[in-house]
Amino acid sequence: MSMMKRMSMIFRAKANKALDRAEDPRETLDYSYQRQLELLSKVRRGVADVATSRKRVELQITQLEQQAAKLQTQAEKALQMDREDLAREALTRKSGLNQQIADLQTQHAQLQGEEEKLVLAQQRLQAKVEAFRTRKETIKATYTAAEAQTRINEAVSGIGEEMGDVGMAVQRAEDKTAQMQARAGAIDELIASGALDDVTSTGPSDDISRELDAMSSQSDVELELARLKGISAPQAPGQLGAGDAGAADPLSKQTQAEGETPR
Amino acid sequence: MSESEKSGLIIRILGEGQYDVGDDALDRLNELDAAVEAAIEAGDEAAFRPALEALLEGVRTAGGTHALDTFDESDLILPPGDASMDDVRSMLADDGLIPG
Repeated sequence: MSMMKRMSMIFRAKANKALDRAEDPRETLDYSYQRQLELLSKVRRGVADVATSRKRVELQITQLEQQAAKLQTQAEKALQMDREDLAREALTRKSGLNQQIADLQTQHAQLQGEEEKLVLAQQRLQAKVEAFRTRKETIKATYTAAEAQTRINEAVSGIGEEMGDVGMAVQRAEDKTAQMQARAGAIDELIASGALDDVTSTGPSDDISRELDAMSSQSDVELELARLKGISAPQAPGQLGAGDAGAADPLSKQTQAEGETPR
Repeated sequence: MSESEKSGLIIRILGEGQYDVGDDALDRLNELDAAVEAAIEAGDEAAFRPALEALLEGVRTAGGTHALDTFDESDLILPPGDASMDDVRSMLADDGLIPG
């Protein structure tokens, strides 16, 4: 049988099973309406949850971008001071960060897509629920018990299908958000662990460096290194460290420390 | 099957809503459906994506949005546009289609 037909049959069977029909058909109407209102508030919560996740990812992107910019500055500074090893370390970390940022941007687009879908689902359900409320009162007021039965069955089955659809959309959004929450948690830990601290304050052999090393693409680093060399080449070495590379500069501290204990 | 007396079909794309589709579009949609079916049977993810998209797009272009304030059941129900082949398989496997 065709995919369309099979899917339709299975969906309809499930939607029908999900309808709890009461003994009194008029009670079925009220009961169904209750379920609709519950689903509506569930969709609203879903929209809010996805929006929260999206904002969290936005914040992380901003934090990582700031960190990448800082590493870029550090790399430039390190090269000016003839510390290619430090510049390389900074650029390696930056390359790792850039991949994280790209990953987060993909997640952000997905969350935005889920959010838009849920908002539309909410609008569709809202329209149906309002129509149902009107229909419910009409049926109760005007029809005999026998006529009402038919009308009720139609209305309840019709909205049951919509509820099945919207229920699935909420479920899918929840699943996707949960997956992303876990990854967002890992990024928050990375930020909090000091992995993104000043490149000169930790040795290049700590866990995070190794991780970033592994994640970063070597060719990116070489390429950027070459580009940076081009930028800093024309500058005279005499200008460096004269004004701003005082004792407070971590790069100059590191240089001194290395002079005493060579690697 | 629907409570309206118009000819044609109501087709639901899950996650999108219902469309009114004329009978004249049905042959074409059946062809597109067969391509999706074939891709699923062959386990061919690369063929599945464009086939599903073509089918859904066929419904969207052949049909107009069905009125929101009605309670008509759909004649046909199609998977959401972002469903993977595995998603569709599990829906067809009669498993977890409607939560709750």
